[in-house]
Amino acid sequence: MGEMEQMKKEAETLKTQIEAARKAANDTDMASAASGVAPAPRVQLKTRKTLKGHLAKIYAMHWSTDNRLMVSASQDGKLLIWDSHSGNKVNAVPLKSSWVMTCAYAPSGNLVASGGLDNMCTVYNLKTPVIKTVKELDAHTGYLSCTRFLSDTEILTASGDTTCALWDLETGKQKTVFLNHVGDCMCLSLSPDMNSFVSGACDSLAKLWDIRDGQCKQTFQGHTSDINAISFFPSGNAIITGSDDCACKMYDLRADQEVICYQDAALNSGVTSLALSLSGRLIFAGYDDFNCNIWDSLKGEKVGVLSGHDNRVSCTGVPPDGMCVCTGSWDSFLKIWN
Amino acid sequence: MPVINVEELTDLDKAKMEVTQLKTEVKLERAQVSKCCEEISEYIQAGADEDPLVKGIPEEKNPFKEKGGCVIC
Repeated sequence: MGEMEQMKKEAETLKTQIEAARKAANDTDMASAASGVAPAPRVQLKTRKTLKGHLAKIYAMHWSTDNRLMVSASQDGKLLIWDSHSGNKVNAVPLKSSWVMTCAYAPSGNLVASGGLDNMCTVYNLKTPVIKTVKELDAHTGYLSCTRFLSDTEILTASGDTTCALWDLETGKQKTVFLNHVGDCMCLSLSPDMNSFVSGACDSLAKLWDIRDGQCKQTFQGHTSDINAISFFPSGNAIITGSDDCACKMYDLRADQEVICYQDAALNSGVTSLALSLSGRLIFAGYDDFNCNIWDSLKGEKVGVLSGHDNRVSCTGVPPDGMCVCTGSWDSFLKIWN
Repeated sequence: MPVINVEELTDLDKAKMEVTQLKTEVKLERAQVSKCCEEISEYIQAGADEDPLVKGIPEEKNPFKEKGGCVIC
């Protein structure tokens, strides 16, 4: 038997063992376990602000930890910093490459980052008299799909080259490369305790990584297409994913498996983005069909919809204080709802 | 940290990587789904009263609502 054949056989045996172990722990599902909980009230949110300013499709947005400022990225070649309370633009950062796919706000509020088809993550200082590029992080061999700051000195990236990486912002070099996916990495989410993160990829898998030792700890199956969106549940014990297969799923980390699936026969558009309400009860999922659907995370039922965009909802975000949800769209607008 | 050139990984390298990973994952201790779901459910219910999007936000406390009713013509 060739080595390849041997590896495949070994993989099959191990996968069967893992499935058996998961099945043994699978004594119920979330909807059944939560059957005694009152359903979430029908959620009717209103558009409070429509932020106009971008001239092309918006691909990403991220809230600042101050619950007020946010950054958005558009293929018009700009990052815009918005004051969400007034609706005013506070800053505009012109990008060297307009093919941006992601943006992030540092927890300190001092820095923002962006990246895309240039394969780089560029970090900007917002606090210097004129906004300056402080680092161009250049080592990925594929597009930058997602980035998140841990602090002003460390940043995580997810790439179309199938890896994620942790970078040192003082040296501009990769400290750790997270390699295990076999498809483009599309999204990442940091755990609340910042010791781990999860990534979603075009191999339809979600993976949990230890930031410090670089190891993949767990792999979550179930989706049948690219995972475009991922978020840690606020307790840190579960993750939510959104996929091109039109479904969202919750995976529990300790049970090491899917515990509930959020889907509807009438929905046949892919999920592009997702965000959770403060308690984790509501999941706001953006879809290709121009809507953002609101799911009751415990019951698996749709409890509302945010309609108003004239094109795909590409990004969603809830600020740390949970006071609203922001949707960004290919129609070039951002909307604030609550 | 050695530089990994992802483009140079052969199918055999990927298959070995998969087996190595599966050997790690097969050792995981898995908790019962019922217990995990109960904890998530309790976490949510404990936070529900403080969740603005679930409870609703009174008009006067909403920082995003349109201010004032005056229009200058």
